Amino acid sequence: MNVLQGISASPGIAIGPAFLFHRMEIQIECCTVDDPTAEWQRFEKALAVAQDQLETVYQRARDESGEEQAEIFKAQAMILEDPELLKTIKTAVDDQKVNVESALHDATEVYAQMLESLDDEYLSARALDVRDVASRLIRILLGIAETPTADLDTPSIIIAQDLTPSDTVLIDKSCVLGFCTADGGATSHTAILARGLGLPAVVGAGPEVLDRCNGNMLILDGSAGKLFIDPSPEYADDYRKKQNHYALILDKAREKAQEPAITSDGHRVEVVANIGNVAGARAAIEAGAEGVGLLRSEFLYLERPSLPDEEEQYQAYKTIADAFGNQPVILRTLDIGGDKELTYLSLPPEQNPFLGVRAIRLCLARPDLFKPQLRAALRAAAGNNLKLMFPMVATVGEVRQARAVLEECQRELEAEGQIFARSIDIGIMVEIPSAAVMADHLAKEVDFFSIGTNDLSQYTLAVDRTNAQVAHLASSFQPAVLRLIKQVIDAAHAEGKWVGLCGELAGEPLAIPILLGLGLDEFSMNPPAVPIAKQIIRSLSLREAKVVAEQVLQLENSEKIQAFVRSEVPSANIV
Amino acid sequence: MPEITLVVNSKVGLHARPASLFVKTAGKFTSDITVNHGERTANAKSILNVLTLGVNQGAKITVEAEGPDASEALAALQDLVNDNFGEE
Repeated sequence: MNVLQGISASPGIAIGPAFLFHRMEIQIECCTVDDPTAEWQRFEKALAVAQDQLETVYQRARDESGEEQAEIFKAQAMILEDPELLKTIKTAVDDQKVNVESALHDATEVYAQMLESLDDEYLSARALDVRDVASRLIRILLGIAETPTADLDTPSIIIAQDLTPSDTVLIDKSCVLGFCTADGGATSHTAILARGLGLPAVVGAGPEVLDRCNGNMLILDGSAGKLFIDPSPEYADDYRKKQNHYALILDKAREKAQEPAITSDGHRVEVVANIGNVAGARAAIEAGAEGVGLLRSEFLYLERPSLPDEEEQYQAYKTIADAFGNQPVILRTLDIGGDKELTYLSLPPEQNPFLGVRAIRLCLARPDLFKPQLRAALRAAAGNNLKLMFPMVATVGEVRQARAVLEECQRELEAEGQIFARSIDIGIMVEIPSAAVMADHLAKEVDFFSIGTNDLSQYTLAVDRTNAQVAHLASSFQPAVLRLIKQVIDAAHAEGKWVGLCGELAGEPLAIPILLGLGLDEFSMNPPAVPIAKQIIRSLSLREAKVVAEQVLQLENSEKIQAFVRSEVPSANIV
Repeated sequence: MPEITLVVNSKVGLHARPASLFVKTAGKFTSDITVNHGERTANAKSILNVLTLGVNQGAKITVEAEGPDASEALAALQDLVNDNFGEE
């Protein structure tokens, strides 16, 4: 048996076979061919196979999602027949005697780049089609399977270099027991996806994982961040017992999920959810969330060709806010930039996007983006408890600027005679160290804070959390981060304002006693984490949590802090 | 060489479905057919060429054909565009 140590990304235990997920990044080599005629015939055969495949994919897409969604594959089939494209490829093969893979790649890239350069979102999407067709042909020419998960038919643990949001669309979730990736940190896409699905995940397990797990039996311990390859039967049995134990705790917590989180000495805190769309709202309510501490508005902007208009945003925000009635729903305004891009905005590339024109900085620079969102939110907030929160605030001036734009929107709506919220609570994300340090001033400007520990850790420790070599340093259990959290909570309370936390830390069993003891008022987490978080809070008294927090703040590193809570608070030591 | 001038009225211009129909119709004929839009010229049988013309709603295009069935080809394309690609 081999053990690989990675980073715990999503708790729980999975036992099952490995499934190796290969992203299609094929290196195409350019070489000369002796017989261009034979080379061309090889290509013609590949074309015929590609036509067949596209017909099959078209039919499957039509059956699964309807004609409109399937049309894209018809359009791709036309590209395969394009006489100008074929002529360009044939000329390169005949005249320059290059291999057809290379000729195909070059010719399609010319077209893809031409389409992209026309600065039209529809045509940019066609550039993707051209590339998709090209890689289909190249896969056929090189004999590589069509889709990376075509053979995934038994429940398996997905092993991958890393997963992008688009990869996850391809994966049949009913066949996934858990994830283990070579790259990534605790806040990578894989981690977020796994927690959203309530599946265990280990990330940053190193490149070895790709060589050593294909079809092997695995035990994935998402809580400990460990992957066991070909475990002995005794070991697997042992883990099955642990798996059952965890399931039992979860079952118990779920029974009481709808009850409030009150400590044994009568202190109540809010346990709310982080969600990213309307479906998330349903999951949050079922999991027992008492509102939404973070509604990521990006869902309306991603995976589409153009900006959503005010009306569309209004409908979406209203649907979600109304679903929670009087319970709070905190809408975070657009957080784009960093590792999240919108192709249709055609923003210039930046050297350090995490330190560039991100989130509120972008919104303040682009009223055409910011104002429709604020107007939609103000209109949606009539008759419910929708609140607004600005991400990536670094200075007091930014809050004032954002508030000025909001007030301008209110005046406009008033003049138009629209129904909208005349008063709305405004908060900021505290995720930049400067905001944490200046929390006493910022607290005077807003109604609440929500601490974003993922970014706060990244910026405090100077760690790119998508870089596996340093990601382990960005733990939110770092004493520097916890001390900043204390400073923020104390500063807000001194002004009579409340503080939430919507980073991954809020749902970490071992962090809950610390945060409770520091005086956190609102815990916002992925819906699957809600029942256990509530259960842990109920098992504690505020008094003992304060003692734990005080002692933790004296410790020198994150390992000691986690070990301390593990030994001092048994009810939090569940995973 | 026979040539006609047409105005594309479909909402999406000569993109998406109208572009596909245009290219498919042109593909039924043996004549060489070219489309001109402003300074750009495209092979009417090439979807990639036609798309990169960037023909939007209301744009004027000229279509030329050369070959045995040139006039039939132009008539068919004229019908298609004037019928607004079968849209309402």
